Amino acid sequence: MSDIVLKTEDLTKHYGGVHALEGANFELKRGEHVAIMGDNGAGKSTFVRQITGVEQRTRGKVWLYGEEVDFAGPLDAREAGIETVFQTLALADHLDVPDNLFLGREKTKWDWLGPFRVLDYKAMRQDTMDALERTGVKIPNIRNTIERMSGGQRQCVAIARTASFSSKLTIMDEPTAALGVQETAQVENIVRTLKEAGEPLILVSHNMRQVFDLVDRIIVFRRGRICANLDIKTGDYSGEDVVSYITGAKTGEEYMETAT
Amino acid sequence: MADTSHGTGGLTFDKSKRSWPNELNILLALVIIIVVFEIIGQTAPYMRGQSFLFDTKDRFDSIFNEARLQIIILQVAIIGIIALGVTQVIITAGIDLSSGPLVAATAMVAMSFGQTELVNGQPNPKALFGPWAMDLPVMIPVVVGLAFGACIGAINGTFIAYLRIPPFIATLGMFLICRGIALWWSGGNPISFPTEQFAFIGSGMMPVVWFIVLAIIFQIIMSFTVYGKHTYAIGSNEEAARMSGINVKRHKVMVYMIASMLAAFAGIVLSSKASTAQAGMGEFYELFAIAMAVIGGISLQGGRGSIIGTVLGAMVLGVIRSGFTYIKLDGSYQLMAMGSIIIAAVVLDQYRQRNRA
Repeated sequence: MSDIVLKTEDLTKHYGGVHALEGANFELKRGEHVAIMGDNGAGKSTFVRQITGVEQRTRGKVWLYGEEVDFAGPLDAREAGIETVFQTLALADHLDVPDNLFLGREKTKWDWLGPFRVLDYKAMRQDTMDALERTGVKIPNIRNTIERMSGGQRQCVAIARTASFSSKLTIMDEPTAALGVQETAQVENIVRTLKEAGEPLILVSHNMRQVFDLVDRIIVFRRGRICANLDIKTGDYSGEDVVSYITGAKTGEEYMETAT
Repeated sequence: MADTSHGTGGLTFDKSKRSWPNELNILLALVIIIVVFEIIGQTAPYMRGQSFLFDTKDRFDSIFNEARLQIIILQVAIIGIIALGVTQVIITAGIDLSSGPLVAATAMVAMSFGQTELVNGQPNPKALFGPWAMDLPVMIPVVVGLAFGACIGAINGTFIAYLRIPPFIATLGMFLICRGIALWWSGGNPISFPTEQFAFIGSGMMPVVWFIVLAIIFQIIMSFTVYGKHTYAIGSNEEAARMSGINVKRHKVMVYMIASMLAAFAGIVLSSKASTAQAGMGEFYELFAIAMAVIGGISLQGGRGSIIGTVLGAMVLGVIRSGFTYIKLDGSYQLMAMGSIIIAAVVLDQYRQRNRA
């Protein structure tokens, strides 16, 4: 199997005349945690949406573990092993924790009933408890509906969802943007758990401290293009360096020609 | 009780912690309404101490006034069948206005295959088709009627899910189309004299049997199957449902198809009960079906409510209608009062939701 988890070549997305993403070449190695940074509208979320099949790219190629992939929708991506925590929480407010964890891939009995196959609530509850314990997520009562939970608890449910299925690649799009200090720490612990388990991760974040704490490498997006690829574990980069890449004061050497 | 919000001790499935179900509130309202009518009946001078639901005449060995109970349940049963489908549509945050005219159209279509050839030894005077369509086995009109409903529902669902027409508009258009089909089918003439088998479907208390059986089936489906879970998920957060890999469009078409098939079945039962099908049947049924769901606590924003709620909502509506007649309230006042009650039910529900959130 290939050592490259995810590779994109010339990944591009235009919304009408708006060039939201332009020629992104990206690589993620096995067990690597990479952060994607950039200003609002720099193309971070657009990049994520192309990889996860939520939107269809204008052009470019994507490889997952060496195999070229072309996802028709988010379910395809998920079935291929890409688990995503989206910026806008993809949770159903009126359903409880197990329902949300297993939404779209419920455990069922009597599958011959087709769409009316029966939900295996007991198995899903048990798996939910296991997943929450494994990730260290604390929820008072898993039978509570999401609408009765705090923002942090909701985010934890969303993350537990990705962690409870053995995934080949986890993507988190600003997982701690709306969280308090303690809740953020909890989410970061989950990320460290994934790192120890050797699971590759793409983290979209604005939080410089968090990024330097958690990841191996930073990719900076600016105006729809990648403008820097910083190996922060070996290279000597400071937060100020990253900021100057984000704002456009600096551009990585290899991107000089394309980024403006 | 210790605070369980931290530590794995908090990862519990605690039945006692489940919230007070909304259905109990509706049941409570139902009891209060019955008590109010009972008090009016016992105290108002012009009522001469009659009881609303209890048997005070002691002619039969029963506690309840069974005749009135039967009338109440029978009155709501057919619209209740429609309401079971409308409930599912509303849970997806949609609406179905086409069910009333669909009842009429299906009644016409089904009855035209359920006629009997000879009426008192004479040829059926209302025969629509030739002899080939007479005295057919009962399965044929039923299957044709349900298939017709499924087609209408598929069209509704396709326009709503794939062409992104707002449900209100799509089903409003279908409302007119179905009324038109009902008139066109026989040129406005009633279709009458069903076969014995076809007449059985809606005879006596059969509509109530159908209503209860279907309510139980769909309560189970909504609570325990993938179909039910996805229906709630779509109404709760359509985007999340889509991202979770649910085929939202296909699922919506299925929900509208099931709703229309239930309305079509109501049309079959109604025409059987009345022994005739007429283009003007089912007037305002769609609105009463929506009212039952709304009184039963189904949120028009989607994602919340249950079939049990709608059944209770149907009972509330039936009791109110019967109660108004019982206290001899004039028909015009009845309409005004019922309208007010529907609005009050939604206001109360929204107030409750705000307090909870």
